[in-house]
Amino acid sequence: MTIVPVCPSPIMQHETVQMAHGAGGRLSQTLMQRVFMPHLNNAFLDLLDDQAKLDLPSGRTAFTTDTYVVSPVFFPGGNIGELAVNGTVNDLAVGGARPMYLSAGFVLEEGFSLTELETIVRSMADAARKAGVMIVTGDTKVVGKGQCDKIFINTSGVGIIREGVDLSCRNLQPGDSIILSGTAGDHGMAIMTSREGLSFQSQITSDCAALNGMIAAVLDAVPAIHTMRDPTRGGVAATLNELAVSSGVGIEIYETSIPVKPEVRGACELLGIDPLHVANEGKLVLAVAAEDAERVIDVMRSFDHSRDAVIIGSVVNDHPGMVVMRTAFGSRRIIDLPLGEQLPRIC
Amino acid sequence: MKYIDEYRDPQLARNLLAEIRRKTTRHWTIMEICGGQTHSILRNGIDQLLPDSIELVHGPGCPVCVTPLESIERALLIAAGKEVIFTSFGDMLRVPGSSKDLFMVRSEGGDVRIVFSPLDALQIARDNPQKEVVFFAVGFETTAPANAMAVYQAAREGIENFSVIVSQVMVPPAMHAILSSPENRVQGFLAAGHVCAVMGYAEYEPVAREFHVPIVPTGFEPVDLLAGILKTVELLEEGRAEVVNRYGRVVSREGNRAARDTIKKVFEVTDRQWRGIGLIPGSGLSLKEDYTRFDAEKKFNVAHFYAGESPLCRSGSVLQGIMKPDACPAFAKECTPEHPLGATMVSSEGACAAYYNYHRTAYSL
Repeated sequence: MTIVPVCPSPIMQHETVQMAHGAGGRLSQTLMQRVFMPHLNNAFLDLLDDQAKLDLPSGRTAFTTDTYVVSPVFFPGGNIGELAVNGTVNDLAVGGARPMYLSAGFVLEEGFSLTELETIVRSMADAARKAGVMIVTGDTKVVGKGQCDKIFINTSGVGIIREGVDLSCRNLQPGDSIILSGTAGDHGMAIMTSREGLSFQSQITSDCAALNGMIAAVLDAVPAIHTMRDPTRGGVAATLNELAVSSGVGIEIYETSIPVKPEVRGACELLGIDPLHVANEGKLVLAVAAEDAERVIDVMRSFDHSRDAVIIGSVVNDHPGMVVMRTAFGSRRIIDLPLGEQLPRIC
Repeated sequence: MKYIDEYRDPQLARNLLAEIRRKTTRHWTIMEICGGQTHSILRNGIDQLLPDSIELVHGPGCPVCVTPLESIERALLIAAGKEVIFTSFGDMLRVPGSSKDLFMVRSEGGDVRIVFSPLDALQIARDNPQKEVVFFAVGFETTAPANAMAVYQAAREGIENFSVIVSQVMVPPAMHAILSSPENRVQGFLAAGHVCAVMGYAEYEPVAREFHVPIVPTGFEPVDLLAGILKTVELLEEGRAEVVNRYGRVVSREGNRAARDTIKKVFEVTDRQWRGIGLIPGSGLSLKEDYTRFDAEKKFNVAHFYAGESPLCRSGSVLQGIMKPDACPAFAKECTPEHPLGATMVSSEGACAAYYNYHRTAYSL
């Protein structure tokens, strides 16, 4: 018997993320070619330069950034990749901007499944396509096992602000109507009920969605919107409190008008959480002069993700800086900012 | 939503309010025992809707609020241990000891986890045999059965890496203490519906007789609360010191026998300190001798810590219904949910937190 000497070559086919995938060498290239480029390819990214060189249309530029650390990474109704694209698209859109270009930075934990990573990247590509934006530059780092939780994603984005709109959290006027584009608390409850340690099952799915198409249609119909916000962490309550403080006005909302899905309400009842404090990832809070409110709602309701749009309250002269709810019984109570964490890491 | 909406029906509430107004001929002071009831009253603005002559004062039924400072200090010490997974209901994590809370222990590297049931903590112990898993067993008669069951199961399965810090308290001795106080103003009680679901309401009958007060087991939804208040007013107006159940869909006179038996198997009655109030004889539960090996305070040999309460905090008066939260000079000034001086400002069932969250500017609403 003869033993043929074989030169031991390094393993190049991996199932999971290795430290070397982030080291800039051959494995880094493999990761780019195998996982990222097939899904994210476009004229900018294909050049593989260290930067994207953009020709932006004229007008004011909106620029935003957000980092996504959601756990679990895959949740009912979406995953961290979709969230990372839609979240940044929405942050641009609520400023009256047309979202155009995104960057994507990945922090990967050693040992994270490459199949799952590819699923996430594919979702990002799909979400970007749906929202009409391009991911034009990116970065990947790998950290040791236990130094991050599977995958963290940062996305930044630029967009061009349309002429003639002035959206600011300081613009609320007494008499304005406050509109919510749909049910409160879907995303946060989808995350909470899919966590380990909560041993009940639910059908709740995240509302994760890009809102730029709907927002553009609303602004086409009513350019004089006073403010728009996407009520993410802290929920509708936090957003309304920020608006009341920034504009120095009071906000009154009506308990019976606030749409909440029955299953979300049920989970909130069980956990003792107010749906108004729970995060959303595909909802819009908007303030507009009362006479324009119905027109805004008509436009919103023509989009699937905002078909439950409704007036939930109004801006008042009383109690400046404070949000007060008129209860179903006719009494009133303060709607405060949620204190601290409901449960950690929901976006 | 079934079993909720019918008890939040505005028309039913209006009818009950009208009936309360019709029946009330003079000023009555009624205490709702449970912090969950306090929150529901303030959240739904029931106090704003009642006639001025009905005064609700808020009782001591907030487990987090009455857990003594030394129990919290011992918990913090145990939770910081490298070999320990410390488990607790979420509310306890923000309750301040003399210098830190369990969140801070976690940020310093302690493995502190929120669980929704002591049986989940027991499962963590099964899954982590190399770790010591400790559960912070606080609460009234409501949490006692499940906490007892966790210890009972641990003993039966021989899960020796599980232990509990016991801070169990009971309602009737606290009512006794409140009614015996020379400062007492309480004329009638809404008893805590879920406590009665476990214990029944027969044990309140001697209290009603001895102190000549009506006691009405009451639920937590607005219509439940209004029905309980109406029955209490009726009994007061008629001078009847009786126990009348107004939470019939959940509570029976005997309570839940299996749950009571489980408590008796594992726990025995003991004297207990109540934070802000002091020692109430026979008001607590501790592990019976057969189960003392599951006593975390003994297992970890934690020294006794006695830290002084803030001299500004008047939670003792609040918990006994002597002072309303917003009458405290520190309320919403030195003492807020972000910087609580006492536990009543921390817990989601604490009266001070309820006033702060829903009522801070009640005078201007």
